[in-house]
Formats: sequence, C-alpha cells, structure tokens
Amino acid sequence: MARKRMIQAMNEALHEEMERDPSIVLFGEDVKASLFGDTKGLWKRFGPERVRDTPICETLIAGMAVGAAAAGRRVICHMMFGNFVYTGMDAIANQAAKLRFMTNGQIKLPITFIAVSGGGRSAAAQHSDAIHPVLANLGGIKVVMPSSPADAKGLLKAAIRDDDPVFFLQAAGRGGEPGEVPADEYLVPLGEACVRRPGRDVTVVAIGSMVRPALKCAEALEGEGIEVEVIDPRTIVPLDLDTILGSVRKTGRLVVVDEARDTCSFASHIAALAAEHAFDALRAPIRRVTVPDCAIPFAPVLERAVLPSVERIEEAIRRTLKHGGRS
Amino acid sequence: MNAIATNLPREELLAMYERMLLIRLVEEQLARDCAAGKLPGPVHLYVGEEAIAVGVCRHLDDRDWITSTHRGHGHFLAKGGDPARMLAEIYGRASGICGGFGGSMHVADFSKGIIGANGVVGGGIALAAGAALAAQLDGDGRVAVAFFGDGAANQGVLAEALNVAALWKLPLVLVCENNGFSEFSPTATVTSGRIVERARPFGVPGIEVDGNDVLAVWQAAHVAVRRARAGEGPTLIEALTYRTRGHVEYEVTFLSEPYRDEAEVEAWKHKDPIPRLASYLFEHELAHPEELHAIEERVAQIVAEAVRFAENAPEPDPAGARGHMFANPR
Repeated sequence: MARKRMIQAMNEALHEEMERDPSIVLFGEDVKASLFGDTKGLWKRFGPERVRDTPICETLIAGMAVGAAAAGRRVICHMMFGNFVYTGMDAIANQAAKLRFMTNGQIKLPITFIAVSGGGRSAAAQHSDAIHPVLANLGGIKVVMPSSPADAKGLLKAAIRDDDPVFFLQAAGRGGEPGEVPADEYLVPLGEACVRRPGRDVTVVAIGSMVRPALKCAEALEGEGIEVEVIDPRTIVPLDLDTILGSVRKTGRLVVVDEARDTCSFASHIAALAAEHAFDALRAPIRRVTVPDCAIPFAPVLERAVLPSVERIEEAIRRTLKHGGRS
Repeated sequence: MNAIATNLPREELLAMYERMLLIRLVEEQLARDCAAGKLPGPVHLYVGEEAIAVGVCRHLDDRDWITSTHRGHGHFLAKGGDPARMLAEIYGRASGICGGFGGSMHVADFSKGIIGANGVVGGGIALAAGAALAAQLDGDGRVAVAFFGDGAANQGVLAEALNVAALWKLPLVLVCENNGFSEFSPTATVTSGRIVERARPFGVPGIEVDGNDVLAVWQAAHVAVRRARAGEGPTLIEALTYRTRGHVEYEVTFLSEPYRDEAEVEAWKHKDPIPRLASYLFEHELAHPEELHAIEERVAQIVAEAVRFAENAPEPDPAGARGHMFANPR
C-alpha cells in the first residue's frame, strides 16, 4: 500500500494498461498538457502515434473512438468535462451505444471514455453537470463512478480491458484526494458494489462524489448510536442491485444520495428498484438527496446551496428514522 | 503513374456492369415489396446512383473499411455483401445479416469491412475517420472510405474530419454523393457553394466527378485510394448524381405536394449509369448485347434466389429481443 492521489492512481492505471496492451490508442483534447493530470507523461512514454492531441471537436473524436474500436483498436477517448459529452452525443448515443446491438453482436467496441463530472468548483453551469443519468439511460454504455484512489485505479484498468463502451466519470475537483492504493496489480470488477461502512439502522446508497459526505454523516451520527450502512455502487451500469437490496432488507430504510438533478436522477432509479423488489422490508418511505431541477450556479455560496450536503443527508436519515421504530 | 479508366480490361468493365445491375435489381425488388406493403420499415433506394458505390469499391478489398448512409444497400452490395442476407435483414428475418436487429438503415458486415449503413445523416463520417486511424496504426495499407450525401456535407463533422484527417494524413477517402436532395429539400436551397471546394481550405485535394459515369468515378477513386494507401492523406470526392426515386419509398402517401419537377426526374433517368456503361461497351466493341443479356439473366437469377432465401427465412425469436447489447454482460 502507498498513499496516492486519485489522479495519480488513474495515471498509473493508464500507464500500466498502455504498457500491457499495444493495441491501445488514447486521444482527446490536450491529453499531452493534461488539464487534470490523469494523462500526464503518456505522450512522452508511448509516443505521438498512440497518444494524440485532437482539435476541440467532440463530435468527431467520439465518433472516431467508435470507428477505431470497430476496426480493432482498444480506445481511450478523453472528453475532458462531462458537459462536453453533449457535443459528442451522436457518436455516443447513436453509434457507440448501438452499433454492436444493431449488427447483432458482430463486433466488440472496447472504448473507455474519460470525463470529469459534477460540480463543487465554481466551474458554473456548463462545466458542472453530473452526466451519469443521461449515459446510464442510453442502455449500451457502462458507467463507472469511483469514489477512492484505489477504486479509481482498479476500475479504470477493468474499464479499459472491458470489451464494451465504458464511461469513466471522475468526480470533479476530487482528483487530489489521497487514499491507500495497493502496490501490486489488481482490478476492481465492474458491477460490484462496496459496503463502505456497515450499519443496521439505515442504508445510504451514495453515488460517486457523494460517498465522502455520506461517510462524514455516518461518522457524525455514530455518536448518537445511529448505525448508517453506506453503500458505494462504484458502477451504476452494471448495477449491483443484490448488495443494495440485501442492505435494505437488513435495515428497512433507504436514503439515496446523488449529485444528479432530481428529475430522473439515478437515485430515482435505485429508489424505484428498491420499492419494487424490497417493499415488504421497508419500514419508512425511501428518501432521495439530489440536486434541485436547476442548473449549477457559479458563486460558491449558491453552488453549496444546491449540491447535496452532509446536513441534507443527515436530515434525510433522521426523517427515515421517524418511521417504523428502531430495530 | 495512375491507371486510366478508359484502358481498363474488358473483364473489369463487365464486373462493374454486373455489380451495378445487382444493386439495381435488388432495389427494384425492394420498391415492389414496399409498394405491396411487405416491408416492416422504411427503405431509401439508391436507384440511379450505383456507379458511385461500384466505381469506388472496385478499388477496395475485404480488409478496407467503408461507412455508409441510410441509403446504404448499394454500398453494402458493392463492397461484397451478400444480397440474400441483406434482403433477409430488410424483411426482418433471423438469417438477416444483422439477425433482424438492424434493418435497411443498418446493414453491416464487418467480415467484409462494411461498418454499416447509418440512420444518422453524417453519422458515418467520424466512424470512417476512426477506422482510418486504426488502419494507419496497423500500417498495412488499409484505407477507410466514408460514403455520405450532400445533406451530410452540411453537418459540421465533415469539416472536423477534413481537419483531423489532413493533420494526421489519415488514409481516408470522403465520397460525397450529391444526389440533388437533402431529404425533400433541393440541395441548392440548403447548401452554399460547391461541396468539393470544402476540401481546399484544409489542403485536401478535391475531385468533382460525374457520378453517373462509372469510369469517371473509378478514375477519381483510383487516385484517392492510391493516395490514401501511400500514406499521403485524405481526398474528398464529390460525385454529382441524381436521386431518381424519392427520399424514402411511400413518400407520396404523406407528402402534400411535389417538391420537384417530374420533367427533371425524367431527364436524369436518361443519364442512367447502367445503360450508359452498356453503350460504352458497345461503342468500343468491348461486349456484344448477348453478353450483357447473359449477365442480366445471371443477376436476375441471383436476385430471385436471394428473394426466395429471404422470404423463407424464419422470423427472429422474440425471446431474444434484448439481443447482444454488451460483449461482456455482467
């Protein structure tokens, strides 16, 4: 184990995988300069054939990722900010998500799209969307949302080795967060949730960037004897529903925390699944902590007011505890 | 030194005649099927534009890549796709080339380098650029060709692709089939300037060619494909042609008024590339009418067998409707 920042862990994953598999090509806007640091050093190490700076043209680069993958390459396409995915959306929604399906599985499309997603850094409305619900709804795209440096590395390596289009969404502004990263090679498989903290009173499913405030909240409530079980899905497509439902059956209460806007947030989907599959176990209404249906404002005080906070998570937990008595 | 289309061996010319005819007869069948209400979905026919797909694809082999359009049957057949399995696909059958999951607008056969037809206007351009990048990295002389229409030329992705392909010298051939219409809008009403000139500011060669003259298309594609294989970068070909059928079959059932002059359509029918190649063959004493007649009979036989195969093919099993979404499902 060694203490590393999330962006370093991602950088290591990219180096290791490009070293291991010479068929990998990586391209995107400013991958040489590396705005976030994740692609730092790759151009120098692997050269201008395999690591390419592109012009700012997301429509083309997302489509090229699909074409190069269809033609046999393993592709890493860096989309920079999640909001820029919208510009490349035809290639993502109409081509990447559907080409294999439409052609009856004739091809594999091993593409890893990397983008930062979400707010919290005063980047304002056009650089702060949490884009995962949009991507998850496309059907043919896997969506990875790591919450720790160790998971970031293991999930990114697994995403690159996966034979399907995967979006790897790094929580905005969290690249500098440190954590213990194993020294030996490892993968974190897609579709396996992690119980970050066990507890018997209430289940909190926290997605991506929301794991940290959920854990803070759980720690704070511990002093009152409230045991919060925090589940980190790690990937939302595929979703490890069994782990979530198992926890809900144990605690009887569910709070889902998601940085997405409220309407059609991924929290809504998890809440619906829990209501469908574990209604008999629920002792309180499911509560969701999300972003209101507005764009992300610029000023720090305004932005903080809309993003899910430790306080709002705590309030949601306390409301579920008013119902059904304590076990 | 470039080969000259007018010096082509007789066998090559007859092969092109046969392939154009195959596309024509398959699509005339589809027009009848559509009129008879036999097709589950829409079809966009390529009738009159066959010289472009055939003149270009004669320069390609199975390892080269093409991307195509919603009007994609001709490209599929020109690149060596199986007419029986294509028809079965358009009929929505299990033995269709895509198992009934794609239909007319998505016929694809990766074993033949056919990345596929595409339902999004301009959608294939970036895919071809990506395939060209893969080909460049493979370094084995493969090329990628994007077929697209004049409508797609107005999508920004064409400029994006010209820019990157020129910068990276990608082995990419961009073939714009200017058939006079963006769906129902005459090209001149939605397109400024000449499409071929859109290559110039990027330093990319542009070749304008008579798209109803298969020899002219062959010649232009010869130059462009050679340049791509040699690592010299992309070329834009604008092939001028005309869509003698509608944007989509059965369009008369929903259009309230005509969007073009019937006399214009009739005039272009006289420029049909198939009789035009026949006349060339006769004029230069390269073929007898009986030889072409024998080809016509052979192609008609192939199409009849393809139709029989497709009509008798089983429907897909609805239990498998969720298909092959992921290669690595959890």
